[in-house]
Amino acid sequence: MARMKFLCDADRCIECNACVTACKNEHDVPWGINRRRVVTINDGKPGERSVSMACMHCTDAPCAAVCPVDCFYTTADAVVLHSKDLCIGCGYCFYACPFGAPQYPRVGNFGSRGKMDKCTFCAAGPEGDSTEIEYAKYGANRLAEGKLPLCAEMCSTKSLLAGDGEIIAAIYKERVTQRGYGSGAWGWQTAYRETIDV
Amino acid sequence: MPDNRLGGVTPQAIAAFMTLTLLVAGPVYAQTPSGSNPTAQAVSEQQLLDELQKIEGRVTLPNTAAGLLEQPQGRDYRSFHEGWLPWIGGIAILGILLLLALFYFYRGRIRTLAPGSRVRILRFGALERLTHWMTATAFIILAITGLNFIFGKRLLMPLIGADAFSTWSIWAKYAHDFVSWAFMLGILVMLATWAWDNLPDRHDAHWLRVGGGFFDKTNRTHPPAGRFNTGQKLIFWAVVLGGIALSVSGIFMLFPFAFTDINGMQTAQYVHATVGIILIAVIIAHIYIGTLGMEGAYEAMGSGTVDINWAKEHHSLWVERQEAKGAIPPRSAAEPAE
Repeated sequence: MARMKFLCDADRCIECNACVTACKNEHDVPWGINRRRVVTINDGKPGERSVSMACMHCTDAPCAAVCPVDCFYTTADAVVLHSKDLCIGCGYCFYACPFGAPQYPRVGNFGSRGKMDKCTFCAAGPEGDSTEIEYAKYGANRLAEGKLPLCAEMCSTKSLLAGDGEIIAAIYKERVTQRGYGSGAWGWQTAYRETIDV
Repeated sequence: MPDNRLGGVTPQAIAAFMTLTLLVAGPVYAQTPSGSNPTAQAVSEQQLLDELQKIEGRVTLPNTAAGLLEQPQGRDYRSFHEGWLPWIGGIAILGILLLLALFYFYRGRIRTLAPGSRVRILRFGALERLTHWMTATAFIILAITGLNFIFGKRLLMPLIGADAFSTWSIWAKYAHDFVSWAFMLGILVMLATWAWDNLPDRHDAHWLRVGGGFFDKTNRTHPPAGRFNTGQKLIFWAVVLGGIALSVSGIFMLFPFAFTDINGMQTAQYVHATVGIILIAVIIAHIYIGTLGMEGAYEAMGSGTVDINWAKEHHSLWVERQEAKGAIPPRSAAEPAE
C-alpha cells in the first residue's frame, strides 16, 4: 500500500490558484469553504514565495487525536478522512491542525459550526465508493477510480505533487539535483516528522 | 514625440537601472546548472518557523485568516488537550470526591448542637435564591456537557456507540453554548448582591486558624462569623472570579476569531478547561457541605429560612446584627398562633 502525501515544490508555484479552483469544482465544495488555498509569503517583496496548502494527511494526525467524538479514521493509503455523520462541529480539529485544513460552514448563532469539511485527498468518506450520497457529503472519490487528486493532476507547472510519498519525494529529489536548488518539502517535517534530504 | 507611458523616465535611466540590477544580482545567479537560484533570496520554511513560530502570508480568498500557512502550536494544543487535560480533570474530580469521602468518615454529618427552636429567620430572599438556583442549574448543565468534551469519548462512547454519542454530543454542544448566558448573568447578579457580605473582615484569620471547626469531632468549635463565614467567602470568590474567567474565555469561543487569532483561541481553551475543572471540584465540595455534610445548611437556600439556633452556631455575628436591626421577631410572635 502506498503512503499518500502532498508535496508543493514552492520554487515552481506561480500562485495561479488553479488547484484551488479545480478542487472547488471537482467536489462541488460549498460557498465559503476552500479545501485548498495558495498562501503567498512576502508578497511583492524580494524572496516572495507561494505555497499551495490543504490537508497534509499527517502521520499520527493531531485533528484525529483531539476530536471529542473520534470521527476521524486513516485509510490503508494513509489518507486522513472523517465521518460527517459523527462530526459535531466543535472546531477542536482546527485549533490542533498545523495547516489550517479543517473548514466549517456557519450554521447558527454564536459561531456554531456545521459539519467540518476538509481535503479528502480525493478519497471522499466512509460511505460506499462513488455513490451519490458520498459525493454530496465529501465530493468525488477519484482514488477509487484509480486517479490521483485533481489539484496536483492539473497543476500547470507541476509544482504540486500528489501520490505515494516515496515516489513524489524521488521526483522532487531529481528536480533539485537537476536544477541545483530547492526550498524543501513545505510542511513535511510538521506533518510526517521527516523531510527530503537533497 | 516623447513616450508618455514612462512618465518622463529616460531610456538612459532604464538602461542604467537594468545594468545595476544585473551587477547586484549577478554573483548570486552563477551558482547552479540552470544559472539562477531563487532559493538564495527566498525565505525558507525552517527559518520562518524559527523566527516567527508560525508562517503567515496572503491569500486571494475572502477569508483572510486562511493566510496562516503553518502553526506548529497545534501540537501544544493537542498535547494539552489529550495529554494534560484528562489527567488534570480526573485527578481534580476523583481527588475531591476522595477527600470528601475521607472527611465524611472522619467527621460524619455536622449536627446542630442546640435543638430546633421553632423560630426561623430569613437568610436568603427570593431574588437571592432565584439567582443561586439559576446559576447552579446552569453550572451543572455546563459542567456535564463540558466534561463530555474531555471524557465522553473515553467513558460514554464505548457504552452507547459512536452514533448515539455523536447525537448526544451535538445537543450537549448547543446546550453548552446557550445555557452559558444564564450562567454569566447569574455570576454578575451574585457579584452585585453578595460581594459586600463576602469582603474579608477581622474574624477570618481566627476562622482559618481553627479550620472553621471542621476538624473538631466534638463539634464545639464554632468560630464567630458574619453573614458568610470564611469558607463561604472562599467559595464565593472562587465562583465569581472563576466564573468571570470562564465567561471571558467562553465568549472568545462563542465568537471564534472575533477577538483573537488562533493562538489566542488555543489559550482561551487552556484557561476555560483548567478553570472549569477546578471550579467543578470546588462546587462538588460546596454541594457536599450544603446538603449531606451539614445539618440545617440546605434549608437556607432551599426554603430561604433557617432555625435561629443553627444561625447562632454558624453565623453568630450575623444573628447579633439582625437582632440589633430588629429583623428577628421576638420569641412570642414566633409561637404558633392557636
